[in-house]
Amino acid sequence: MTFEQLAFYFLASVAVVAAIMVVTVRNPVRAAMFLILTFFTVGCIWLLMEAEFLAIVLVLVYVGAVMVLFLFIVMMLDIDIDQLREGFGEYLPIGATVAVIILLQLAIVLSSGPFEIEQMPAPAAATAEYSNTHQLGLLIYTYYVYPFELAAVLLLLAMVAAISLGLRGRSTSKRQKPNEQVRVHKKDRLRMVKMNAEKQD
Amino acid sequence: MIALSDYLILGAILFSISVAGIFLNRKNVLILLMSIELMLLAVNLNFIAFSHYMNDLAGQVFVFFILTVAAAESAIGLAIIIVLFRRRHTINIQDLDSLKG
Repeated sequence: MTFEQLAFYFLASVAVVAAIMVVTVRNPVRAAMFLILTFFTVGCIWLLMEAEFLAIVLVLVYVGAVMVLFLFIVMMLDIDIDQLREGFGEYLPIGATVAVIILLQLAIVLSSGPFEIEQMPAPAAATAEYSNTHQLGLLIYTYYVYPFELAAVLLLLAMVAAISLGLRGRSTSKRQKPNEQVRVHKKDRLRMVKMNAEKQD
Repeated sequence: MIALSDYLILGAILFSISVAGIFLNRKNVLILLMSIELMLLAVNLNFIAFSHYMNDLAGQVFVFFILTVAAAESAIGLAIIIVLFRRRHTINIQDLDSLKG
């Protein structure tokens, strides 16, 4: 067994155990912590597949931003955990059954032959000069430049939506009222004054 | 050497765990969101495995976009949870029936 295989099986088992803990653990804070562990471990597995840029992005964006947001929300909300745990044992059989069926079906298809090492040999390891980030950048900024800009617009949209949802409207704030601005008439604002011309002398 | 099917089966295991998580935690919106993140992670794992074994970087570009969409989705989802908690003082899905669906 090579080092690569050892690393893969170790990381895979950690990821699976952590994922199981995410869905079964009682406390949402602990679930978020185990989700961080899962993301980190899967990031390491991506490193095994020479996807260095995405592995770092996963750690930076997910562990650094999204999971911190999750933790922030979990700790800010005053949740009654016992109430939310009701029916956990009740749905355990059906949930486990569906999951096992899905897993069995996928495993039958995936291990049926076309994805084995003989049919699909692992590519040769990249040389030291090969830069995954460089290649990805070349692809994104040329061939995928419009989808990339769309993704940027999507992030902006998400930011605007999140802020406008979270903003608590205060009556004292001095903000624009666009509907009233559109509905103004000339006679409301402009007063014509008739006056005699002044003479200078 | 590690076969492609190993990576794909790991992705399948993570995916089915998160399906089970959606069944188990059907009252807790937060864990539901976490399960959805886990599902997207499993899908991303498949994309990267195929991209590696087929020597095609397009799969990694796709993962890049999936990450973007997932981050946007979780940000908006959490903002909705905040608004919900402010109005109803609960995030129990059973109590959120005002749309009468």
